[in-house]
Amino acid sequence: MTAGLGGVRGYGTRRSWLDRTAVLRRFDWTLIGAVFVLAFVGALLVRSATYDGLIEQGKDPEGYFKRQLLNLPIGFALGCMVALLDYRLLRAYAPILYGVASVGLVAVLSPLGETINGSHSWIVLGGGFQVQPSEFAKVGLVVLLAMILQEPRDGEVGPGVRDILLALVLAGIPAALIMLQPDLGTTLVFIAVLLGMLAVSGVRKRWLFGLVGGGLAAAFSVFFFGLLKPYQVARFTAFIDPSADPRGAGYNAQQARIAVGSGGFSGKGLFNGEQTAGHFVPEQQTDFIFTVAGEELGFLGSVVIVGLLGVVLWRGLRIAVQAADMFGTLVAAGVVCWLGFQTFENVGMTLGIMPITGLPLPFVSYGGSATFANLIALGLLQAVHLRCRPVD
Amino acid sequence: MNPRTHTRLVILHVLVITLMLVLVGRLWNLQVVNGEHYRQIASENRVRDIVVPAVRGQILDVYGRPLVHNRVALVVSVDRTTLMRQRDRGRAVLTRLAAVLGTTRTALEQKTRLCGPTVSRPCWPGSPFQPIPVEDKTDPKAALQIMERREDFPGVSAQLQSVRDYPRTEGAVAAQTLGYLQPLTQEELDRRTGLKVTGFSGVDLVGRDGLEAAYDADLRGRSGVRKVKVDAQGRVTGIAVEEPSVPGSHLVTSIDAKVQAAVERAIAGAVAEARKQGKKGSSAAGVVLDVQTGRVVALASLPTYDPAVWIGGISQQEYVRLLGKSQGEPLISRAIAGQFAPGSTFKISSLAAAVADGYPLNGIYPCPGSYSVGGRAFTNFRGVGHGMINLHKALVVSCDTIFYKFAYEQWLRDGGNNPGKAPKDPMVRTARKFGFGDQTGIDLPGESPGRIPDRAWKQAYWEATRKADCKAAKTGYPEIARTDPKRNDYMKKLAHENCVEGFKWHAAESVNLSVGQGNVLVTPLQLARAYAAVANGGKLVTPRLGLAVIRPDGTVVRRIEPPKPRKLDVDPKVLAYMRNALAKVPSEGTAGGAFGEFDLKKVAVAGKTGTAEVWGKDDTAWFASYAPADKPRFAIVAMVTEAGTGGAISAPAVRQIYEAIYGMKDGKPALPGGRLPDKLPKVRPDGTVDLSAAP
Repeated sequence: MTAGLGGVRGYGTRRSWLDRTAVLRRFDWTLIGAVFVLAFVGALLVRSATYDGLIEQGKDPEGYFKRQLLNLPIGFALGCMVALLDYRLLRAYAPILYGVASVGLVAVLSPLGETINGSHSWIVLGGGFQVQPSEFAKVGLVVLLAMILQEPRDGEVGPGVRDILLALVLAGIPAALIMLQPDLGTTLVFIAVLLGMLAVSGVRKRWLFGLVGGGLAAAFSVFFFGLLKPYQVARFTAFIDPSADPRGAGYNAQQARIAVGSGGFSGKGLFNGEQTAGHFVPEQQTDFIFTVAGEELGFLGSVVIVGLLGVVLWRGLRIAVQAADMFGTLVAAGVVCWLGFQTFENVGMTLGIMPITGLPLPFVSYGGSATFANLIALGLLQAVHLRCRPVD
Repeated sequence: MNPRTHTRLVILHVLVITLMLVLVGRLWNLQVVNGEHYRQIASENRVRDIVVPAVRGQILDVYGRPLVHNRVALVVSVDRTTLMRQRDRGRAVLTRLAAVLGTTRTALEQKTRLCGPTVSRPCWPGSPFQPIPVEDKTDPKAALQIMERREDFPGVSAQLQSVRDYPRTEGAVAAQTLGYLQPLTQEELDRRTGLKVTGFSGVDLVGRDGLEAAYDADLRGRSGVRKVKVDAQGRVTGIAVEEPSVPGSHLVTSIDAKVQAAVERAIAGAVAEARKQGKKGSSAAGVVLDVQTGRVVALASLPTYDPAVWIGGISQQEYVRLLGKSQGEPLISRAIAGQFAPGSTFKISSLAAAVADGYPLNGIYPCPGSYSVGGRAFTNFRGVGHGMINLHKALVVSCDTIFYKFAYEQWLRDGGNNPGKAPKDPMVRTARKFGFGDQTGIDLPGESPGRIPDRAWKQAYWEATRKADCKAAKTGYPEIARTDPKRNDYMKKLAHENCVEGFKWHAAESVNLSVGQGNVLVTPLQLARAYAAVANGGKLVTPRLGLAVIRPDGTVVRRIEPPKPRKLDVDPKVLAYMRNALAKVPSEGTAGGAFGEFDLKKVAVAGKTGTAEVWGKDDTAWFASYAPADKPRFAIVAMVTEAGTGGAISAPAVRQIYEAIYGMKDGKPALPGGRLPDKLPKVRPDGTVDLSAAP
């Protein structure tokens, strides 16, 4: 708060310059550094995953690599803009962001939408550009939920029943739209974010357990009444026994494990992955990017990547703890739940300990929308961090 | 910050750390603990072995002329793995391919499906990863069409491959002797240990019969392996390792293509003659042996077939149609695997047995038209008697009754129906000395032992059949009784006899054995060897077809020497006496008609006719011989079943073979000098064979 006032008071003076460098200095550089390394390594892995395939198609072998290198600065710029906003202004923007994202999700279901890899989750803008609104909906959801859940009612420690129900409805609408695409992974991210933010906001335990129990019951009934697409069911059963159907849904899981396992302790070296070059793992530059890391960088490299993602989550949690107010805490916690769940699910499915759903690995996978959304999330964390309580 | 939020954030911390640790633990498990395992799986699904079959060695005749060689064929193969990855499991590809090859999609689908317990030929018995050859007589235009439109034919390739070819050099086929190749099956691989193959692939062909099987290890060479890198679509992206194949060695045999062709023509002519006389002439065989060494100069069998039917696989229907019972089972070589009653040709053994048992060699014996044994009359051929004759004449005119007498008297001396503890059975013992009743040991698979019936055999036979006989003795034969009660009574009596004393060695059996009738069975090869032993003065040779194994570059890997001959335990004087008699058979004996116009002064032929009675069928015609009579070189046997007399049917066939060997009709002897060449044919370093020595 003092920083903001100081800025206004010292406008146009030498102090204002100092002030701005002070802002820069107060960024969480550890967090930025981790993200930066992840993004750069990710781009190299994207290059490795796509190089041979593009040659075969007679295209620029570095096409994907170059596009990702273009995505990153745009994403960082977006992140910076968000970080430098007074994050409390976001409360004002949150409904707009949420609304735009929801409209995007509806548009996806309209004839404007495009199906890529079995998911009808894209809007093609033309000129080779396409947007995946569900990625941006994650940002919208985190900010909106933080806004709703920030202020406890009188005499309450956490949000009241009305707030909880409102949160459920607001999370439920985009989640339902995304489920219609169908994109199970992103829906699960929404659920993780909702549960995590409710927990951090101080909702009573019985509410949390009730929600989890109700959710599980709903999931079971969905499964039993056949509301899932056959391929989704197949992916889940394949997760339980991947060798049951090596050419079917279990193929991905099995090939992913083979690629990662064959990397061994030190890996085969960047760009030297033979499984990668042979395209044994599908969607390798996006959802299965971690197989490239596993094969080419080995256990050492994989642990570094998991470690860097761990650093991101750790810094995020630290920011949540030190946030100036409940809104900041909730935003940071929401981002951590989002990225944390996505990391665990993505790496977990690659390693065969989680079912396969289409989710990119934060900061590492190829993809414009995902990269932008992730870096905006990074911006949110920085925004909260810039206005945190002084460390005691 | 409220305390509840704080607690929840701490829990979130713990959760994040736990999940990250779970991931690291799993990574450790996959990459470090099981890394080697996954590396192996990875290389298995990334690198695929393609077996490069070795060019098989040729089978050459004694002068180096090819009996089997290889031709280069344009083979179209289909990669099943690629096919199965197509959205329609390859239907469209196979439809297009069928149109180009002029066949049907169904036919191609059958050829490319995998054999299994419920899937029979046509199907693919090999590895599912090996390209499956579907057409090996591809027109180059069709192949070009396929290779030019590769995108229309994913998984289809056209390549040059070497396949077996049968040139019929000088007209010789020798189908059963050469044998055939079939893809190696998994069971065979498991069974045949030490077989040098690079792993089971389905393109490893293996000799299944004849010389191809006997000398498989020499002929096959060593398959090479091309390890190709493939991507997830099974497309070959490069060659990882290539271990070239080592071509197989050539097998030089003692077969002479011209003599072989002559034998094939001669027995075919004999069959035709038998059929002209209204007989069935169901099968025939011809054998030419070098009496001194045991080298086999020719080995032929009828019915025969075109060995080219095996190339590129054969379907169950084709097999039945071309090689089944209706065609007389042409795969079976009658020369080595057929077992037939030898008739009078067997008398060389019986004569030796009688003399060894004490009958004077120069004695005079009665040869009545029939001889009574236990109240049953055993007759000469057509019941003709010859008065008092010596053993020489007994062979020349083929008197049976003399041998009946010998056999009956010997049987009586052994104790008759109540034999002593150690019956001498001289006829049986001598027959075994001549090599009957046991395999000759020729270098071919599937040889039959023949049969010399004796008391032990009778006992075993009785034990095996007693139950049925005893039952029939009580119930009779109802089906026969309905139409022929008299015959039923007789059969019932016979069954009773067999039931009670079927183990007993009867006089009739001894008598039948002495003239090569009854239960005596020999193979044509056994008979040729027995006559060779008479001719060479008592050496029982082991027949050999293989002469040498020569590498394609000309180095002789090894010469194949026949085992040392066994000594025939028969008095040389008896052999000389028999040779004298046999030499008269073509001039004044039972083969006189056949050799009427043959210049016996130029090439003296000695031999013996045989006309074996077969119950319910026409007689088996035999002629067993050797020549030249004074300095024997070749033993020749011809046999035709359901044909007539040996003198009329088989002796002329043998005569034709001698004519070809010595060039008596056209002045162009098949074997100049009347013998096999001493030198091996020369294989030049470039792989071609020097044929300049061939006549």
